[in-house]
Amino acid sequence: MRRETLERRAAITGIGQSDVGRRLGRDPLALTLDACLAAIADAGLRPSDIDGLATYPGAMGGAPGFTGAGITDVHDALRLRLDWYSGGLERPGQLGCVIDACAAVACGYARHVLCFRSVWEGTAQGKGGRAGIGVGGGAGGRGFRASGPTMEFTLPFRAYSAANWIAMFAKRHFHEYGTTREQLAQIALNARRNAAGNPKAIYREPLTLEDYLGARMISTPFCLYDCDVPCDGGTAMIVSHVDAARDLRRAPLRVEAIGSALRGRPSWDQFDDLSTMALRDAAAMMWERTELRPSDVDVAELYDGFSFIALAWLEALGFCPKGEGGRFIEGGAAIARDGQIPLNTNGGQLSGGRLHGFGFLHEACVQLWGEGGARQVPNGPRVAVAAAGGGPLGGCMLLSRA
Amino acid sequence: MIRAGVCYDRAPVSDKPFRVLPRVTPENEHFWRGGERGELCFLRCAACHTYAHPPSPVCPRCYGRELAPEAVSGRATVLTFTWNHQPWVPSPDHPYAIAIVEIEEQVGLRLMTNVLRVTPETLRVGLAVQVLFEQHDDVWIPLFEPRSA
Repeated sequence: MRRETLERRAAITGIGQSDVGRRLGRDPLALTLDACLAAIADAGLRPSDIDGLATYPGAMGGAPGFTGAGITDVHDALRLRLDWYSGGLERPGQLGCVIDACAAVACGYARHVLCFRSVWEGTAQGKGGRAGIGVGGGAGGRGFRASGPTMEFTLPFRAYSAANWIAMFAKRHFHEYGTTREQLAQIALNARRNAAGNPKAIYREPLTLEDYLGARMISTPFCLYDCDVPCDGGTAMIVSHVDAARDLRRAPLRVEAIGSALRGRPSWDQFDDLSTMALRDAAAMMWERTELRPSDVDVAELYDGFSFIALAWLEALGFCPKGEGGRFIEGGAAIARDGQIPLNTNGGQLSGGRLHGFGFLHEACVQLWGEGGARQVPNGPRVAVAAAGGGPLGGCMLLSRA
Repeated sequence: MIRAGVCYDRAPVSDKPFRVLPRVTPENEHFWRGGERGELCFLRCAACHTYAHPPSPVCPRCYGRELAPEAVSGRATVLTFTWNHQPWVPSPDHPYAIAIVEIEEQVGLRLMTNVLRVTPETLRVGLAVQVLFEQHDDVWIPLFEPRSA
C-alpha cells in the first residue's frame, strides 16, 4: 500500500528569530518570546490565532543553556489557548517537533502551530569554555554515577562529548572511503564564507584552509573548526494547515515530505553502519514520500554540529553517492552559494552559531522567500531541504515554494 | 576460556585517570564487575545464543526471556577510534584513545572503550586487541590493549 503523505497539508507561514550572540546575558525566556512573537507577526497572525505549540527539547534538567524555555513557559507567557501541544527530547532530531506539528495540522488537531527552540549555551558556559556547560551533557560532581543507555556506556570511557562520539563516525568514513581532513575542511570553510553574508553570524571573519589545518585538535579527526559554536538565541516558525495558510501575509512554503525514520539501532556506538548515522534512514524515508529528486533541490541547510554530520547528510540525501562525500566537497565549489547544491547559506552552526537545528529550517525559509540578502542563493530557489541531527538523531524536511 | 589480563597489577592507583563511574544495578552488574574475576561478560540468550548488549531482559533476536551472563574471550577488533585532545576533565594523559571495538564472538557485539598502550602510529582500524580491566571502587572498567601475537 502506498502510504499517504498528509504532511503536504502543512505549510510554513512565518519565521522569527531573536538576537543571536555568543553571550547575550539575557533572560532565555525573553529570547524565546522574541522569536515566537516575531514568527507570529511574520505570518500575519496574532497570538490568539495560535492553537498549537511544539518545541524541542522543552523544559528539562541537565546541561545548562541547552534549552531556554519549555511548552508551559511559552503557553503561559502568551496566554495561548491550545488545542494541541508537544515538547520533548525523544524524537527524530530537533526538527522532530516541527514534523509532529505538520501531522497535527494535517489531522486537524490545530490550524496554526508555533514551533520554537531556544538556547543560551553561550551565556551558560561563561568563561569556562565547553567544560563550563558540564561533562557529558551536564553530568559531573562527586558521587555522580552514569546511567541510561548513552551515558552508562560512554562516560566511563572518558568519551564525554558528542565531539568524541561523532569523531568516530568520521574516522570510520575516512577509513572506508579515504576521506581526508582537507576535504572535510570545506564544510567549515564554506560555512565561514556564507557567514560573512549573515549579520547575525557569530564568526564572520575569513577562515583559510591553513587556519583550519593549524587549529588545535579537539578529538581526531576534528579540530576546533569542525565543532559548532555555542551561542544564545531563539528561533521559531509557524506551521499552518494549507487551507488556513492561503490568506496570510506570506506565500506559504509547502511541506513536500518529511523524514523521521530510524531503522537501525538508536545508539551512538551500536548503529549498523559506523560510516553514516540515523540520518541515513530519515533521508531515505523523505525520498520515499515524494516524486521530487535530489536534483530538484536548490538549496540544502544541513546540520553541522560537527562538520562530518553535514557531509553524512549530503551523502544520505543523495547529493553524491555514499562514500563520495569527501571528493564531492573537495575544493568547495559544489557546495558554494553558486554551486551544484548551495550548503548552509547562513554559516550553519559552525560559524553562524549553535541554534541547534532550528537555524537550518529558518534559513531554508529565508532562501525560499528570497530574503537572504548578501547570502541569497541566485535564481530564485524553489525547493529546499532542511535537516537536523547526528548520531541517533535525524529528521529532515523538504520544502517548496508554490 | 581465556582469562583476561588484569590491569591493576601493572598500573598503580595514581596512574588511573578520573572516570565517571556507572551506576551498578542487578541488570548490569555482570558487565561492570566481571573484571574482578578477569572476565568480560555479556548477557547471552539460552535459546538462540545471541549476546545482547547493552543488557536487556529480552533477547533482541528471538525475544526469548532466558538470558544469563557469559564470559567471552576478551578478544576484539578496533572498528573506529578517536584521539581525544580536549581537556573536558583535567588530566595529565591527553591525548587518549577512545574506540569502538567489536567483540570476537559475535558480529555487531560492540563496546565503546579506551585502547591503552598505543600511539598514533600503532592504533589503527582493524587492530587486534585484548581486554584488560581498570578497577575504580566497586567497578572494573573493560579497556583494551593490543593483542600480542
